Amino acid sequence: MKAIIIGCGRTGSSVARHLLDAGWEVVVVDEDEEALSNLGTRWPGRFIVGHGLDIEVLVESGIEGADAVVVSTDGDNTNIVIGLIAQRRFRVERVVVRILDPARARLFAERRLHTICPTSIAIGALTEAALVGESVTGEGESI
Amino acid sequence: MYVLIAGGGKVGANVTRTLLRQGHEVTIVEQRSDRFRVLEEEFDYRVQRGDATELHVLERAGIGRPPDLLLAVTGDDEDNIVICEIAQKRYFVPKVIARVNDPRNQAHFDLLGVAPTVCATSSIMALIEHEVPESDIIRLLQLREDELEIVEVPIGADSPSSGKRVEQLKMPEGTRLISVAREGRSEIATGSTKLEPGDRVLAILQPGCEDELRKVLLKR
Repeated sequence: MKAIIIGCGRTGSSVARHLLDAGWEVVVVDEDEEALSNLGTRWPGRFIVGHGLDIEVLVESGIEGADAVVVSTDGDNTNIVIGLIAQRRFRVERVVVRILDPARARLFAERRLHTICPTSIAIGALTEAALVGESVTGEGESI
Repeated sequence: MYVLIAGGGKVGANVTRTLLRQGHEVTIVEQRSDRFRVLEEEFDYRVQRGDATELHVLERAGIGRPPDLLLAVTGDDEDNIVICEIAQKRYFVPKVIARVNDPRNQAHFDLLGVAPTVCATSSIMALIEHEVPESDIIRLLQLREDELEIVEVPIGADSPSSGKRVEQLKMPEGTRLISVAREGRSEIATGSTKLEPGDRVLAILQPGCEDELRKVLLKR
């Protein structure tokens, strides 16, 4: 199984690591070459420096044969557009997009984009924790 | 008509001013506080401050009416795409026009059905190609006192001179080839020098001989 991770910040790099541990082939794309350091000292997979909207970069990453694409750059709208391109141009079946704004996450979920909204998850967890006294995601776990 | 404009830079501000002058109703949305203040001085209540990709900002600007036309003219292509997607799919705005900042993103607008689009760079490039045909004579130097000029001529694959030796060319009177530059090296043009596509030929000529030279080397 092969995954492309676009955006190698805190979230993207951790997802990349988890998928690698699960035995996947993982290609990471980030426009900042220093983001490679987020993957730890020895990253055995590929790391491509480039913008996720650049078709050449996406093709180079092997998006055409990917089983999953995870989009987690620091821009909501950039993530939405990259996600739509992965879905509609490259016909990737499993595209997951991080969107911080709950309203836009809901809207594009309705438009058949699989969106994950950390803000909504945090709101739920924090509210739950305040109400019942414990976090539903476990102590100290970050999203 | 009622027009909602996302992005209050030069394009947004000028379009707003023009539409207002024509008697249309306009609301313009700008995120940056410095720009917002300037716009507010001129357009007063017609300016809304905020990120036009946020639904509540768009709603405050009246997208729910909906407007007859929405213009997404921010300096960010992803923002413009998302604004148009939201306007068309959620609020059923009947017409959108989007600005493409980076021509490389044009394919994304097309793929997602965001149209029509306007791209200043593409428009200028089209004009350049129209006004200044590629592979033409470039004036390098005018020797005014001697009434001579030195020009550079790029040889293309379709040039009639391509593949010929200099002695085979019927050089017009008042012109002479000086040198041929190929792959970073230049050599003096002699009768046996063969011209190849990609060569850049220097020529010296008397004023008025340009058209003749063009015919022989480039056939235009």
